[in-house]
Amino acid sequence: MKLSDVKEILNADVIVGTEKLNMEVKTAFGADLMSDVLAFAKAGSLLLTGLTNTQVIRIANVLDIAAIILVRGKKPQPEALSLAKDLQIPILTTKYILFETAGRLYAKGIVGCLEQVEDHSAHN
Amino acid sequence: MDIETIAKKLNLKVSSASDRLKNNVTGGYTGDLLSDVMANSHEGDIWITRQVHQNIVAVATLKEHAGIILVNSCEPAKDTLEKAIQEKVPILISDLPAFELTGAIYNLLGKKD
Amino acid sequence: MVAWNKLKITVHTTETENYLYTNSFDIEGGNFSKAGTIATGIKSILKELGLPNDVVRKSAIVSYESEINIVSYARKGIITLTVTPKTVEIDVTDEGPGIPDVELAREQGYSTANQQIREMGFGAGMGLYNINCYSDKFDISSEVNKGTFLKIIINIP
Repeated sequence: MKLSDVKEILNADVIVGTEKLNMEVKTAFGADLMSDVLAFAKAGSLLLTGLTNTQVIRIANVLDIAAIILVRGKKPQPEALSLAKDLQIPILTTKYILFETAGRLYAKGIVGCLEQVEDHSAHN
Repeated sequence: MDIETIAKKLNLKVSSASDRLKNNVTGGYTGDLLSDVMANSHEGDIWITRQVHQNIVAVATLKEHAGIILVNSCEPAKDTLEKAIQEKVPILISDLPAFELTGAIYNLLGKKD
Repeated sequence: MVAWNKLKITVHTTETENYLYTNSFDIEGGNFSKAGTIATGIKSILKELGLPNDVVRKSAIVSYESEINIVSYARKGIITLTVTPKTVEIDVTDEGPGIPDVELAREQGYSTANQQIREMGFGAGMGLYNINCYSDKFDISSEVNKGTFLKIIINIP
């Protein structure tokens, strides 16, 4: 689906990237812990999070995340906002909590992305 | 819907409090920042997280969650498990990532617009 | 902002190895505002050198985790990137409290992060574990009250 569809499904506001609403997205990753995002999120995925700091933007840039969806009505902090504009990373904000946001997107066909970590130790 | 039904449908592994699987689930909350979960989750929520340290039991007890599901096959820490058994908090484990598990449970609970 | 696009690629030869690129980057402890800029820069450099996507991704991840560790825990640090025809080598040196029990620190979930760090979404205790997962060779040594040294190697297929 397109980012504009995501906007509709989540009744979201576009904070950065109104010119990128035609972008195709297929996968999503939800997390508030940055190490998980670093380890698992795929390039081209949506990132659903409640974190609003510059770190989120930098990580999104490093991982080639398609767009950031801020949940619970969160808005990016000023420094994060200007960084996102510089790096041209779209940010949408929705009033729904992560549970609802993921639920709605999943119901409409967005799938999770999981890059399996190559296991150097035993996984239980 | 009770936890047992969710566990069966989504192939969850039960880690603790198997006698509390009839706890009723009235909603869900997905999140890893404890302050956020404390502020915004509700009684009867099933809490989806990857945090495995023992504080999750305290949060789930305080907020009267129906139970906790750990994602990405994360196992609870040893003292977390002990506390969960003591406090009778069901902890279950899913091999799915948070987004997929949340989506599945959201739709199981029949949430609509 | 550093002008990463003004790179020159020259093959150097020393007695011990050929390298395509080497540079060192300073990191200020406690500066969360800038944290991640070095990792972002490293990613750009490696992309420009034409390295395979998964090598670039792994290098970006280990650089990021290393940089965050320095910012979170050390007074200051240096990340040195060296690219050879067969490897990406990332050496991380910091001046700081050091790690009393390295094996414990490498375990998933072990963290000494304070509240500020946790509220930013870090401190899950996955940093060194992630570095281990995403590298082909990872050595770590540390001295309490002095600092920590990481040697990370990612092979180029």
